Amino acid sequence: MELLYASCVGVLVSCGVFLLLRARTFPVVLGLTMISYAVNLFLFSAGRLTINKAVVLGTGTEYADPLPQALVLTAIVIGFAMTAFVVILAIRGRADLGSDHVDGYVPNTSADNKEQK
Amino acid sequence: MTLLWIPLLSLIGSVISACTGKLSRNLSTSLTALAPLTALGITLYHAPAVLAGETIRYSLAWIPSIGLDLSLRLDGLSLLFMFMILGIGLLVILYTRYYLSANDSMAKLYSYLMLFMTAMLGIVMSNNVIQLWLFWELTSISSFLLISFWWHKSEARKGARMALAVTGAGGLALLAGLMLLGDIVGSYDLDVILASKAIIQSHDLYEVALVLVLLGAFTKSAQFPFHFWLPHAMAAPTPVSAYLHSATMVKAGIFLLARFHPALAGTDTWFLLVGLTGLATLLFGAYIALFKHDLKGLLAYSTISHLGLITLLLGLDTELATVAAIFHIINHATFKASLFMAVGIIDHETGTRDMRKLNGMWRYLPYTATLAMVAAAAMAGVPLLNGFLSKEMFFAETLHQQVLGSMSWLIPVLATVAGAFAVAYSARFIHDVFFNGDPINLPRIPHEPPRYMRVPIEILVVICLLVGMFPHFAIDGILSAASLAVLGQKMPHYELAIWHGFNLPLLMSAMAVVGGLFIYVNRKYLFQFQASLPPLNAKKTFERVILSVIAWCQSKVSSTENGSLQRYLVIMLAVVLLCAGWPLFEMQQLAGSMPLTPVDVHNAIGAGLLIIGALATVIWHRSRMVSLLMLSIVGLMVSVVFTRFSAPDLALTQLTVEVVTIILLMLALFFLPQHTPKESSSLRVLRDLAIASTLGVVIASICYALLTRPLDSISDFFIANAKIGGGGTNVVNVILVDFRGFDTLGEITVLGIAALGIFKVLSRIPLFMPASDSEGRPWAKERHPILLASISQSLLPLALLVSAYIFLRGHNLPGGGFIAGLVTSIAFILQYMAHGTAWINERFDVNYRKIIASGIGISLFTGVGSWFFDKPFLTTWFDYFDIPFVGKTELASAIAFDLGVYLTVVGATLMILASLGNMTADTQKKEVNI
Repeated sequence: MELLYASCVGVLVSCGVFLLLRARTFPVVLGLTMISYAVNLFLFSAGRLTINKAVVLGTGTEYADPLPQALVLTAIVIGFAMTAFVVILAIRGRADLGSDHVDGYVPNTSADNKEQK
Repeated sequence: MTLLWIPLLSLIGSVISACTGKLSRNLSTSLTALAPLTALGITLYHAPAVLAGETIRYSLAWIPSIGLDLSLRLDGLSLLFMFMILGIGLLVILYTRYYLSANDSMAKLYSYLMLFMTAMLGIVMSNNVIQLWLFWELTSISSFLLISFWWHKSEARKGARMALAVTGAGGLALLAGLMLLGDIVGSYDLDVILASKAIIQSHDLYEVALVLVLLGAFTKSAQFPFHFWLPHAMAAPTPVSAYLHSATMVKAGIFLLARFHPALAGTDTWFLLVGLTGLATLLFGAYIALFKHDLKGLLAYSTISHLGLITLLLGLDTELATVAAIFHIINHATFKASLFMAVGIIDHETGTRDMRKLNGMWRYLPYTATLAMVAAAAMAGVPLLNGFLSKEMFFAETLHQQVLGSMSWLIPVLATVAGAFAVAYSARFIHDVFFNGDPINLPRIPHEPPRYMRVPIEILVVICLLVGMFPHFAIDGILSAASLAVLGQKMPHYELAIWHGFNLPLLMSAMAVVGGLFIYVNRKYLFQFQASLPPLNAKKTFERVILSVIAWCQSKVSSTENGSLQRYLVIMLAVVLLCAGWPLFEMQQLAGSMPLTPVDVHNAIGAGLLIIGALATVIWHRSRMVSLLMLSIVGLMVSVVFTRFSAPDLALTQLTVEVVTIILLMLALFFLPQHTPKESSSLRVLRDLAIASTLGVVIASICYALLTRPLDSISDFFIANAKIGGGGTNVVNVILVDFRGFDTLGEITVLGIAALGIFKVLSRIPLFMPASDSEGRPWAKERHPILLASISQSLLPLALLVSAYIFLRGHNLPGGGFIAGLVTSIAFILQYMAHGTAWINERFDVNYRKIIASGIGISLFTGVGSWFFDKPFLTTWFDYFDIPFVGKTELASAIAFDLGVYLTVVGATLMILASLGNMTADTQKKEVNI
């Protein structure tokens, strides 16, 4: 199962990084979101994979590691705030610059940027 | 304790004087002078003990674990410098009162002066070398402010910048040198370093440390070849020059040499480096000074020359030379400060400092002229004045050294030559300005200055005379105390007397006077010769060097920074890859010692869905809506993963965040293109695929390595203390609101800032409102479907009840402020979607910014509250109460903290979504109530 879990994290990282390297803002935001999933899963795995362990005191003898859980919990919320900020920035950039290219303009204007208005 | 007050008073004085801008000039001056006067009083109070050979120390622990203390010491050398800094500082304050015109801000200059005084006091009183360096840098910065006081003049700005660049660079070298010394000795304590001469000088890195420290001292003291900043610093107001270039700034370098003399001096390297630099500076300065037509330029080069003389004395291998150096420090400070002030008066009264125009001033300013002539004679080394005594000692010591081996006879000869030039430029100063015919084209007719503008000069000239005529009475105490601080047990016996009989030094003095007068009389030929030399413009050279450095940096920057974000990302990811991947190669085995757990069918299906979702997001990334839906599968599966591996809190958070994120991104697609054009070349795609997959493999390997190694967690502490210390059984929540409450406070603050940032980014956005999506379809057939509206409305109370329940049970069961906040937010977002923002704003008119602020405020004050019970910040308080009908209930202060978290999450989430949602609803109504 460890191998499967690690593979999932790896796939998420790969997909996230690939999207991150795209030229338009929206795929980049999706990539960032996916990378934050991967990071959260990775951090969570620092507590190892524990199935059916107790999380509340007094409900069992063996406990799941609460520390990575607490760290990941805030990371999820902060990750949301950052995703929101980036996507709003992308909207503002598009509104101000007229392009959703990550550089603010399409470097060499090719024929297929029909999206430009 | 009283020691600390000396720099502290001066610092307070800086603030006070900055506030005196509106007051009358006299009041401003008096208020400014108050602090240094008090500090001088404290210094005088300590003086008897120090003069008796005692060293007074004061130390205030700051970070004792790494040896950083605020530590002060007061010995003879410090005392001498403090007298000069405070005494001449007071005179300069008085002088400035009459010098500055009504257009200049006196309060500002006073404030800078006091700041500079603080820095100088800090240098001479520091007992910790890092602390010393801090004040050293502060002198660079405050002198920059002082020199650029007339910032509207280009030369002032350039001069200030040059001074800062040169002394600042020297300061960095000094820091390196001091850290090396600290490393060699094992302590940054000055007492320890000064007592470790043997350890330092036998160390391999002694030469390196020495050169670095000397670089700091030489740049500050304007030693050749770093002298060029000093003449350009003359663009400062004259009181500033009088202060910086007589008693303080440039003397800081000399102080450093004297201070570290016990630890660093005594080797051949020291004698050669210090002695030869001093000799070169002495000769160069004295020679150039003669040719300067500007009075301040003459004094600037004369200052350089005298600094060279002191440096040379410190570099000679006799103890008496050190005494002579300290003696000359005092004498130079007195006559040079008075000369600068006299030049300031002449400049002030005539409007020029050009010696070709200034002639015959004796008729207009007889009193000032007398004072200036006495001071200039002291500078030349005329008998019965203080300059004569130290120059005699200097000549005598040049005869007794063996620094250059068999060529040591050269030093007294060159010293006499430099002495002759000093007499020549002093003669020029006196004769050209006060006699030599009539003034030429003066801007205005000069008069004697106000009475009190002359007082500082009078005081200094009286000191020159007193020391010159009654040296034993006037100066012996402080001179021997200061020398003792530098030389320790090797303190030689010396005799301060005007008359030592007919001897070689007297002959040298006589030769210098005769030679100097001869040079002055025949100056015409020298001036012609000098004019035929190719011009050497240090400023131009300096600026050329600076410009070429800037050009080089710019070319490097523009070659790496081409504005392509994708390129930067590739570089950053490559670095990540290198840093994360490299250690993997050094690992012997990827798998650890833990046995693998078997894969069951549920996990396999979950993992499969997650992987398919991720891949589908990438494959369909051009159709953004589809891609987003695929991403939501991944998010959902992540929350399932958390559920599976015993993390219900995380699962709930992930699930709720996922809902909010996807709604937000869908909203974003309203303003962004719905499709991504095909832009990347195949090669680019291949490159990105390679980077992405390599990184994925590396991270997966690290994750696998981590998972198969035994767990060594600090969580046992949290599990053991959650109930007894935090009063809750849900350990994750107790960690969030109690153990790591400070982190959580920071995190909700970030959340609040992000929401406010979004609010700001969206304000006054130039909107474009597509009526339909990119394929021409309308956004919705029905904006607010009745079914959704009625169901969501009836669901709201239930959702709020659930969130209240989740919130209240959070301390003991999965839940808490974060999750409850998100549930509440989703409930409200549903209302927005079902009814539109206008409908909501009519019924629920809430300012989300206030909710965020109150949330962070509540959390903060819960933390501060524990201070009232003498507990550290954010200590939880809890107890059990018997509440009628409810039964025994626990109340904890953590719940108030969690309430803050809840409110911040609700406020931030709703603000983010409502800000964006508002714009879709009503384009005309820009000022919406968010």
